Amino acid sequence: MGNFTKGILKENPIFIIMLGLCPTLAVSTQVVNAIGMGVGVIFVLLGSNIFVSLLKNFIPEKVRIPSYIVIIASFVTMVDLFMQGYAPSLSKNLGVFVQLIVVNCIILGRAEAFAKKSNVKDAVLDALGMGVGFTLGLLLISLIREVLGSGTITLFAIGNFDGVIRLPGLSESPVRVMALAPGALLVIGYLKALFNWTEARRSKEATA
Amino acid sequence: MSYVGIIITFVFVENFILTKFLGLCPFIGVSKNTESAVGMGFAVTFVTSVASLATWAIQKLILQPLGLAFLQTITFILVIAALVQLLEMVIQKISPSLYKALGIYLPLITTNCAVLGIALIAVRSNYNALESFVAGFSAGLGFLLAILLMSTIRERMNTEWVPKPLRGVPIAFITGGLMALAFMAFDKALLRNLIG
Repeated sequence: MGNFTKGILKENPIFIIMLGLCPTLAVSTQVVNAIGMGVGVIFVLLGSNIFVSLLKNFIPEKVRIPSYIVIIASFVTMVDLFMQGYAPSLSKNLGVFVQLIVVNCIILGRAEAFAKKSNVKDAVLDALGMGVGFTLGLLLISLIREVLGSGTITLFAIGNFDGVIRLPGLSESPVRVMALAPGALLVIGYLKALFNWTEARRSKEATA
Repeated sequence: MSYVGIIITFVFVENFILTKFLGLCPFIGVSKNTESAVGMGFAVTFVTSVASLATWAIQKLILQPLGLAFLQTITFILVIAALVQLLEMVIQKISPSLYKALGIYLPLITTNCAVLGIALIAVRSNYNALESFVAGFSAGLGFLLAILLMSTIRERMNTEWVPKPLRGVPIAFITGGLMALAFMAFDKALLRNLIG
């Protein structure tokens, strides 16, 4: 169980390990994009962790990185084609960043740091934990950016509901800069500072 | 688009780090001092230029004629990884001093989003061979510019007092955010005025 929960808070990939930031910030303009990206990353992470763990005795040590990259790239291609087929508007929003999941350091990082020396069950739990942690971090950033930056929360359209929740007041005069590029860097900077602060307080309480 | 337009676009208007967040990991990780930042910047420029030309050739001459465009992601990342390895060996043979300067950064570049990013963007924009090369080169230059600016600011910041929770990575991100704000002055309208 510890393998699952550690990824969510204690070793959160975005805020603590700080891996996989490139796609994180670029797609965090709308909540729906964050969810799509999160699901894509969970799938790829799960697939690559399972296969790396299964094949750990067959992949020679010297060519392990290229082998992992091929495994990861195959799953990314699946996600890319699936998204193009079943969620074309999401695929268009995320653009080139779906294919860029390949170079998301979390996935290669987990293969190298965890999956290659664990059994399949632990690898699955680790992938799910890290993936959920990544998605939650991404959701938090995109929620802050979208609420402040455009005063809306964009979810999936169901029936008559167009999927966009408009917040009164903020949607008429939003803090536009939050939705633009600088907003992402500022939001993650301050969130990381908040994490550092709570961490420092907790360790002080533990020693006192 | 003209070549000048491509250069201005990728160095300033769509600076990879500050507007597209590609290559953010080395931007935060390797910008602690100017010397290594410049080394990383040149290494990335080198690889993006060669890689975007190579991936153009693969896309147009192999994948498209054979109808294998769906293999793009796998082939591109493998080509980039092989290319980085090859460059490392060639540089080691030809110029040991350059190899010493770039050495430790070269292997890191394979997983730099900027390299795969410019390769994919060049293919999606339907650039020809020379345009792809110019786009790759200018994306690298944009990376060099941003990481150089960032490293000088961070060196200066070492002597200033920063609140404790903000020290290190958080203040680097906030600095990056302010730089991105400044780079917003370079927009599409400016580009149109400059090149007509």
